[in-house]
Order: sequence, then structure tokens, then C-alpha cells
Amino acid sequence: MNFDFSEEQTLLKDSVAKFIQNEYSYEARQKNSQSDAGYSEKNWSTFAELGWLCVPFTEEQGGIGGGPVEMMIMMEEFGKGLVVEPYFSSVVLSGGLLAKAGNESQQAELITGIIDGSKKIAFAYNESQARFDLHNVVTQAEKNAQGYVINGNKSLVLHGASADLLIVSVRTSGESLDNDGITLLLVPVNTEGVSIKATRTLDGQRAAEVQFTNVQVNSDALLGEEGSAASVIDRVANEAMLALCAEAVGSMEKLYKDTVAYTKERKQFGVAISGFQALQHRMVDMFTAHEQCKSLLLRAVLSYSAGDEGAVKNIAALKYQVGISGQAVAHEAVQIHGGMGMTDEMSIGMYLKRINMINTLFGNADYHLQRFTELSL
Amino acid sequence: MDIQFTPEDIAFQKEVKAFLSENVTDEIRRGYTGGEVDPDIMVKWQKILHKQGWVAPNWPAEIGGTGWTITQKYIFENECAESGAPSVIPFGLKMVAPVIYTFGSDEQKKRFLPDILESNVWWCQGYSEPGAGSDLAALQTKAELDGDHYVVNGQKIWTTYAQDADWIFCLVRTSSEGKRQAGISFLLIDMKTPGVEVRKIDTIDNQHTLNEVFFDNVRVPVENRIGEENKGWTYAKVLLTHERTAIAGVAQSKKGLQKLKEFAAQEKVGAGVLADDPLFTAKIAKVEIDLMALEYTELRAIASVSAGGAPGPESSILKIRGTEIQQAVSELTIEACGHYAHVINDGEAIGNDMSWVASAKYLYGRASTIYGGSNEVQKNIIAKMVLGL
Repeated sequence: MNFDFSEEQTLLKDSVAKFIQNEYSYEARQKNSQSDAGYSEKNWSTFAELGWLCVPFTEEQGGIGGGPVEMMIMMEEFGKGLVVEPYFSSVVLSGGLLAKAGNESQQAELITGIIDGSKKIAFAYNESQARFDLHNVVTQAEKNAQGYVINGNKSLVLHGASADLLIVSVRTSGESLDNDGITLLLVPVNTEGVSIKATRTLDGQRAAEVQFTNVQVNSDALLGEEGSAASVIDRVANEAMLALCAEAVGSMEKLYKDTVAYTKERKQFGVAISGFQALQHRMVDMFTAHEQCKSLLLRAVLSYSAGDEGAVKNIAALKYQVGISGQAVAHEAVQIHGGMGMTDEMSIGMYLKRINMINTLFGNADYHLQRFTELSL
Repeated sequence: MDIQFTPEDIAFQKEVKAFLSENVTDEIRRGYTGGEVDPDIMVKWQKILHKQGWVAPNWPAEIGGTGWTITQKYIFENECAESGAPSVIPFGLKMVAPVIYTFGSDEQKKRFLPDILESNVWWCQGYSEPGAGSDLAALQTKAELDGDHYVVNGQKIWTTYAQDADWIFCLVRTSSEGKRQAGISFLLIDMKTPGVEVRKIDTIDNQHTLNEVFFDNVRVPVENRIGEENKGWTYAKVLLTHERTAIAGVAQSKKGLQKLKEFAAQEKVGAGVLADDPLFTAKIAKVEIDLMALEYTELRAIASVSAGGAPGPESSILKIRGTEIQQAVSELTIEACGHYAHVINDGEAIGNDMSWVASAKYLYGRASTIYGGSNEVQKNIIAKMVLGL
């Protein structure tokens, strides 16, 4: 029994950590976040050069065959730096779908494009009526001689406005809540009838509302099998939740450590406020919450890697607890920073907003507690 | 990263399961029901374990330990809880013995260790005093040298199972000079010595676990002192940190939660069962998730010790979260029992089987966040030692 990283994993961790420390100050992050694209193209090229964009892909696909452990290592570090580049959207979500459902030529073209940084692909899965149900799809695709005609709306498409290509979940048969009848289609953003409204989110990231009006795509736009995309989406969602929770755990670590450091500097009543027991115990609670979430993360990641039956239950437990504890730790960090915690000058509030976004993505704490209860009792 | 058991571990697990299923009878399970113990059954069980060679997994192998790896100890702990076997009484085997085999003379080892291993002698712990709880170094029970004896005067309190004990290991003040910690010695006292008196403390759980122990001119031979005079604090600290990995009680809480779920699945409520109530099941689920996290926190601590390292910062939260979870399980259990949780156990089961022990466990369990250094003191320690505050 050991929880040690391999030599390669340690190198990966060090490389990402070094980048975050040297190139990713909060000021630099904010500058990139407020630029037109919402992130830095230069950083994206660096990610490609350092080989980070190829991590989860197999060697045949041009990657290094990294698994959930490697993804956890990277996302935890990204969480410490509040990274705004579209790694999660392009590599984890879209890359995950292509790697699992793409045919040879789709993989050759698109995964290669993701890896060399030339292609950004966004996954349009969410719909306003669906809340957290990934199988609640009403966007329609009707088959015709040429391929499919798409009509409908997708909401909160992460990094949708800076993408070259969308992967869209559509309904090709069945009713809106059916598991069967969901299909994935590849839609270039410049296709006629695709209307993209860029939106900014509170966590300093970007999304888009996308409207499809009689959008004609060819039959080779089909990704995977027609009507049976639900299971692929579920598998990618599991990996997405592991990645997001790793990011949140990284953010929680930064939050408790920054708070401890701040209280040692901040003086009131003539002494550093770190000496006050009322604050010490709250910081111990923050530390404890982080360690417990880290334990659930390791449990979920390792069981998912091993293909254990219990992995789905472990992921639900993780997503629940990270939702609850992440927010609690962020609220405490704001409180203990006092007025400074309310300012944009400090990164504390941005961690709070990112953690809240992570709680909402792919189902919030209540949603996963409900799932856990169904799996557990 | 590797969390899978080796084939040797799996074979070991099988062996433990087989042993337990043969030896843990209903009678043995009644040895400990959540506070009070039945001394005769406990001694019987510990002798069975001793015969198997498994009563003292943490002792050095050459004096009666098992030589198990930490993973094996983890497996043993979990399987014991799963079988419903009572945990061994810790005061002799897990508390005073390590102090004796680490700091005692050869003479003392020969005199005391075999009887502990064979459960011939019952020990209790004389640490806390009325004025020395979380602030243990404030203790005032005095031991004054008179020839080749110490004369002990004072009082200990919260002494668990003192009413059944043959011996007590005590921290006593042998000097009032210098730092408070530097005037404490570690004495072993025969409870039959004239001047030792045990008085029961009536407690909220209606059981007899806690006592006061009074010392009135009790004469203790100098040869019963462990190590050097005034060095007792050092030995006591070793004792306090000795059982670090088992303190969370994860295995017992897992078993408790499993029993609670089984009970909720058959306890009738209206047309259905308690397990259909979404509010109640959500509470169970939250505790279960907490426990799943703590189980891995414990494994992480075990793995780092197993690899020869010191327990990481994660180990410091085991006591706090472990006892909080134990309490949460017991709170939900009495909630599940409904009215019957409030009926006094007079030796006859009233209502359901669960409530027979639920209230005793719940009430006695309030002590878990107080003893062994209250959870607030634990937080002070983490703030200082881990967070550097």
C-alpha cells in the first residue's frame, strides 16, 4: 500500500507547479482573464510545448497514456493558480469524447489538433431545462440525405466562443429524458445557422450560449454511434468530475495556506491575529476539510483507475463533499481575511467564485448526495 | 500509487476471517456493548487471542508481538470490527506495556509483561486529576521518598474500569521545582495496597465505567518506578502517541453504520420503512461520506508510517474526525430507535434489539471527544505543530 507518485508523475507535478509559481501570478492571471479571448495564447502554446495537452491520450493517439492520477496531478496545480486556459474544456471534455468515441480519421485530425494546440474544441452539452441531467436533451437533429439538421439551444458552453469546433449532444430519437436516442455531432463554429453569444462567468472564465437554427452538417459529423452517446457522455462526465474536484482540492490547499500566512502578518490589538484561538480553530477546520477532500479524491481517482465497481459511488461522495467543504473553506478564508477578503486586489474571492462554479458543474452537492444515497442504501 | 492488497495480504485476511468466525461467539460479542465491559468475558476473549498469538500486534515480535506489517494490522482491525469482536482492553496491552518494554528494567519486564500478555492482570490508568484534565502537567498527587518506598497521597479521577483493576499506572509528582513537566514520575501501584480507595462516579450513561481513586499514605516500593525519577512525563508522552493509527476507530464506525443501515431498512414507518425517509437517509449518507474520507486519511497515515516515514499532517486529524464520526453514528442510531432509545436497560431487552445498547453507546460516547486530550486541545496542537500558528 503506498500513495507515492512515480518518478514520471513527480516530474509532471514539478513542471506544472513550477509554471504556476513562476508564470502565473494572480495579476498575470487577471490580465489574461480580462483579455479578448479570456486566456493567454502564449500560455496555451507553452502548455503544448511542455506536452501537457497530450497527457491523457494513448501513445497511438499521440499522447503519453496518462490516467486519472496524472490528470489529478495537473488539475490540482491548475487549481492553485486559478488557470483560465481552456484545458478542462478542450482536453478533458472534448479530448475525452474524441478519445472514447472518435473513429480513426477523426482522432487523427482532431486529437492531433488538440495536442499541438492548433485546435480548440468545446463540448456543448448543457440545456436550460436540463439542470444537472446530462441525458435531458431536447436539441434535435433530424436525419436527411446529406447528414443531419440541428435545431435547438445549448447553454453555458465552456469556452464556446473561442472554440473552432463544437461537439454537440443532440436528440436523434426518443423523448427528452430518455437515455437512448442521444447522439454526438461535430459542428464547426462557422457553419451557417450557428449563433454564438459569448458570456463571461464570475470565476473569470468564459462560456457561450449557442443557438442552432437549421444547421446542416454532413453525415461524417457523427461522433460515435447514432443514438447511443449517453454512456460515452457518462464516462467523460466521471473523468470531468475527478478533474474538477482535483482542481478544487488544489484551490482549497491554497486557500487555507494563504489564510494561515495572512493571519501571521495581520496585526490587531498590537499582536498578529494568528495567535487568537477563535481563528486558530477555524483554520484547523479548513486544514481538516482539505485533507478529508484530498482523501476522497485519492479514493475516487484510484478506484476509477483500477476499474472498481465502487468508483461511481466514490465519485458521487467526492463531488458532494468538495461542493460542501470547498465552499465552507472559501467562506472561512474570506471571513478571516476580513475586509481584504472582500477586495478584488486579493485572490481569495476569486477562489470562492471558482469553487462555486465547480460545485455547480456536472451536478451540485445536493444532486450528488441524492445519487450517493441511491447507490449506497 | 498502489492501494491493492498483495496476495499475501489476501491470504492473511482469509486466515483472520476463519479464526474470527470460529471464535467470536455471541457470548464474546457481549463482552463489550458500548461502555461497560464484562470482565470475565473480556479476559476469556483476550486469552483466546493470546493462544492464537494475536493479542498484542504492536508489541515487538520477540516479546509476544506478531511482527505484522501495518497493512496486516489494518486488515486485522477491520476484520475484528466486522466480526463484532470486542476490542481488547487497552490499559495493559496497549498503554502500560509499551512503556514497560521501552523504558522498564529487565526485572520489571520479566515481572509485568507476561501477566499482561496472558490477561492475568487488569490495569487502569491514573493520569487525570480534579485539577489536571487537558492541562495534565498540573497534576498534584504527591510521591515522597521514605527509605525504599514512595509514600503516595492524592487523588486521580475519570479512572476507567478501576473497579476491576488489579494495578494502576500513575503519573505522580516527585518534585515541585523547575518546569512542571520535569517533576513527574511514572509509578506502578498495586490496587490492593492499604490506603488505595476506589469510588464509583455516577455517570449520564447509567453504567459503571468511571471512578475516582484516592491515595492515602500508600507505600509503593521504589522498584515499581519506571525509568528515572522526574522523567515520567517523557514516558507518558510516548504512551500518548503510541496508538496513533488505531485511534480513529474507523473499522468500528463502519460496522456501526452498516448495522444502522440494516436496521433502517427493516424498521417499519407507515407503509414503508425508515430507509425510505429521504431526510434520514441523507443524514446517514453524509456520515458515510465523512467516514469514507477518514478511512483514506487513515490509510494515507498508515502508508507513510509503513514506508518508514513519520505520520504526515493528515494523521493529526484522526482523533478529532474519528470521534466526531463515532458520535454522529451513535446519534443517528438512537434517532432510528425512536421511543425505545429512552427506555432504561434493566437487563432485559425492551422493544427492538438495537435500542438495547444504542443509548448506552450514545451517552458513553459523549466522552470520546473529551478523553485522550479533548478535541479542542487537539486543535490547539494542530494549530501549533502543523499550521505553525
